[in-house]
Amino acid sequence: MNITQSPAGPSILVTGTSSDSHTWNLVYLQLLLEEAGCRVTNLGACVPPVLVAAECLARDPDLVVVSSVNGHGGADGLRLIEVLRAQPDLAGTPVVIGGKLATDGLRNVGLVRRLRAAGYDAVFDNGDLARFRTLISRLSARVAS
Amino acid sequence: MTAAAPLGEFVARAQAGGALVVQPRMGFSDPATMRAGLAATKAAAATTVGTITLDSYTRVGDDEAVARALRERTPLNGYPIVALPRSTSQAVLDGLRDATFPVQVRHGSATPDRIFAALIELGLDATEGGPVSYCLPYSRTPLREAVASWRRSCRLLAATAGRGAAPHLESFGGCMLGQLCPPGLLVAITLLEALFFVQHGLRSISLSYAQQQNPEQDRQALAALRRLAGELLPGVEWHIVLYAYMGVYPRTQGGAMRLLGAAAELAVGAGAARLIVKTAAEAHRIPTIADNVEALELAAGRAARAARRDDRGPGDEPDDEVYLEARALVEAVAGLDPDVGRALLTAFGRGLLDVPFCLHPDNAGRTRSYVDDRGWLRWSDTGAMPIPAARPGRPTGRLTAAGLLAALSGVQRRYDEGAR
Ligand code: B12
Repeated sequence: MNITQSPAGPSILVTGTSSDSHTWNLVYLQLLLEEAGCRVTNLGACVPPVLVAAECLARDPDLVVVSSVNGHGGADGLRLIEVLRAQPDLAGTPVVIGGKLATDGLRNVGLVRRLRAAGYDAVFDNGDLARFRTLISRLSARVAS
Repeated sequence: MTAAAPLGEFVARAQAGGALVVQPRMGFSDPATMRAGLAATKAAAATTVGTITLDSYTRVGDDEAVARALRERTPLNGYPIVALPRSTSQAVLDGLRDATFPVQVRHGSATPDRIFAALIELGLDATEGGPVSYCLPYSRTPLREAVASWRRSCRLLAATAGRGAAPHLESFGGCMLGQLCPPGLLVAITLLEALFFVQHGLRSISLSYAQQQNPEQDRQALAALRRLAGELLPGVEWHIVLYAYMGVYPRTQGGAMRLLGAAAELAVGAGAARLIVKTAAEAHRIPTIADNVEALELAAGRAARAARRDDRGPGDEPDDEVYLEARALVEAVAGLDPDVGRALLTAFGRGLLDVPFCLHPDNAGRTRSYVDDRGWLRWSDTGAMPIPAARPGRPTGRLTAAGLLAALSGVQRRYDEGAR
């Protein structure tokens, strides 16, 4: 685990999914968020949903960023959000997911809809970074005010 | 049981005959597709070894998720060998695996007990990984648990020797995190894993190295690996397996194939016996069977035309940088404890081995690497590793997201330039 301090900005929990061992995506997102002034906790790869839930309860982050590129992100992402939203204290925590979420490299409208319906606040299929940066700057403005 | 070719022997024979063995990284959750993939690999115009790559749920032991995916017919990123009935897997292999076609199981599991048990039940005897290379980049499992599981698994596999099987184990240590790990450490880790395998009874092994960003540095690394293997593994059957670039891959068809061609030439020129290929789909999605066949045939064709290794390679010079670095690391670690597994635990505990950018809790995380202007991987911080400190000229500023992405995508950029 990796924790950095930058006192004022929003606190963000970055995590991989339970079956995904890729970490360059996580390292990259951490740097990007830190440069945007966020405080980042990076849980690393292969994180079981119960551990993500426990870390959320302990840290009360302003945003949870889930990243997956191994092709199981859709299924793993659904299981994770079910566990998080089942906790009354996490019902309102903003959670987003992104990366390469299926095995076919296509934008999958049905999957995005299912992830949104299951409780994700935003889905970045095939990792749309421009839209993600906009979300972060809005969040920073909100936390700062 | 079919009279299958032992992988080690098959590769040695091919190398003696002047052919580079090529192998895909192929795995599908549907047994019929898996069988078709093996059949196409066997039929390809190349000297091939078949591959069954396992899915990520099987790798991390998540039985429930495998069962759900099979029930709901969600495609997995590999073949679920533990969950599927043995009879199903027998039918996948039946008539394909024979004296001309060995099959290797590729997984990426830190605690592979059940995977080894399953493949042994199927009469398979070749697989890969290692206590370090399948723990740090593939899991959050404590290294101590991975070492214990790999000890048990190695012994289980080694014990099949003579019972119709000729167990072969490949170390994945030369591919740590796929990219940005300087070669001295890659070579040291694959050698240490090989010593671990030998200590637990295996007598036929392969050592790995992944193509990095500069061919000259890669040739040095492969020469160092060959020389150190000769010194450290007397009486063991071994060969070197090269992986086509394991980092961020070119997005264009032309760029992807050029990079693969360069890997095939490197393999032949530097004395590797086997090549694991990548396909034009790498940057985008799980490759199809056709993607894999195209890659196998391209690599085999390029290898057949490439120049053989010159025996007085740069690695035979005593002051070769990768050789000295790898030897210093192996000696420092092997000297810690006569038991290689315990030595590895102590080494990571003290940061004597420390993989740059690795987030695993048992990795010290005090080293850093960078790509210099010629594409050589260099240390900017060696942490507590027993090797010379970083040289002058290294970048000193803070690493930025853009800087990381530039380092990760250098190969992609160079190979995609001008390609379609
Ligand atoms: C390096 C690599 C590895 C290394 C990883 C080492 C490590 N610890 O990280 C190793 C060799 C270990 C590895 C293993 C595997 N890999 Co891999 N790997 C790659 C590779 C070559 C590069 C990935 C990378 O480093 N990218 C650099 C980072 C910075 O970029 P990124 O991950 O693409 O993320 C970007 C965007 O997606 C986005 N993004 C990501 N997450 C999020 C989240 C949000 C919210 C947002 C907004 C954006 C965003 O931001 C990033 C910057 O643009 C890719 C193929 C490629 N791209 O060339 C395959 C790839 C990702 N791997 C793949 C697979 C399947 C596997 C394996 C299952 C083995 C296999 N069957 O081939 C195992 C994983 C096992 C497991 N349990 O998960 C597939 C995934 C297929 C799919 N999704 O359809 C790929 C695409 C290769 C392929 N074509 O088959 N891999």
